[in-house]
Amino acid sequence: MFRIDFNKLRFLVCDDNPHMRRILRTLLHSFGAREVYEAEDGATALEMYSHYVPDIVITDWAMPIFDGLELAQMIRQPESKGNPYAPIIMLTGHSEKRRVTVARDAGVTEFLAKPISAKGLYQRILNVVASPRPFIKTKTYFGPDRRRNINSAYMGPERRVGEKHEVLQQPSLLDKARSSI
Amino acid sequence: MAKNSARDIEITAFATHQIITQPNPLRSVLRRVEEKDMDDPVGRAEQALAGLAGEFKDWMATEINRLSAAYVAIRHGGFTKDRRDELFRAAHDIKGDAATFGYPAAAGVAESLCRVIEHAPDLEKVPAELFTHHINAILAIVHENTKLDSISVSAELSRRLRKVADDYLADVNRDRPEHLEVILAPSIAPAG
Repeated sequence: MFRIDFNKLRFLVCDDNPHMRRILRTLLHSFGAREVYEAEDGATALEMYSHYVPDIVITDWAMPIFDGLELAQMIRQPESKGNPYAPIIMLTGHSEKRRVTVARDAGVTEFLAKPISAKGLYQRILNVVASPRPFIKTKTYFGPDRRRNINSAYMGPERRVGEKHEVLQQPSLLDKARSSI
Repeated sequence: MAKNSARDIEITAFATHQIITQPNPLRSVLRRVEEKDMDDPVGRAEQALAGLAGEFKDWMATEINRLSAAYVAIRHGGFTKDRRDELFRAAHDIKGDAATFGYPAAAGVAESLCRVIEHAPDLEKVPAELFTHHINAILAIVHENTKLDSISVSAELSRRLRKVADDYLADVNRDRPEHLEVILAPSIAPAG
């Protein structure tokens, strides 16, 4: 069995709602985290991301100035000077399947639907710490491997070409989102 | 945290993509423990969250005041993008937070309101009663929440409002299949 030494992790939390930031801070400190930085909008979060170099980003989706989706896209810039690989956990009140897909395509690593629970948050953090996925770079995407299901028969337009092992056996983002509630 | 340097990163190129792998930069924070390890970080966090519960009522009051103010601004000045966005964010925050604060039925009504704001083709043409009924229902649920007999009433109110809103959205989006598909799609969250 594995435990996470939260006191070695640095978190960046981005949510425009001060109550949710307080809840997240409380949960993370209870897990054992000491370094939790907070931003109330995407622009501030991006500045703090460059400055503090967090290990894990937890962001809301709907925010003013620029939102969590745009924040993820800004972080996932392969040519940027900052770290484009940091795990991004999107914590959001959006609960539609298409939103999960959009978040995935923006480079989000894990999706957690509100209402928040200590267990759901812990599981997402454990996932990104213990089971990081390789990154994929295509003409239109840079981010964690989006394929988690076995479908070797898939021949659609998004099929990758020229590889031996293209499928990772992991639960889908949607399944994980569902399992948290 | 130790970070991987560029030389740790392996890039394998294929015809249409690259696969980028690197040693797990967070591996050093994982610690193997005995199965009988008694540390319970999730339980500890749940306790800490319960310790905040005394503040939830005030927090919920702040959230519903924000929602009411957002709609008052619209009643006085009409729908602009900024006012629409503020109303949506206020409702969306209640959708996400209310269950944590102990008001799950309010979360359900707020979700219904979010769907109206997001999928009505013209917000100026939405009957004002559809907004006011949602907002008044959230206010009533929060104010009456401490009365035990109000719980089933709140849930029923939430269900009925959702039905009215969904019927309205299905009607006004009958020629917009992309919206209709989203409206009719099941939520990944359980029905409240």
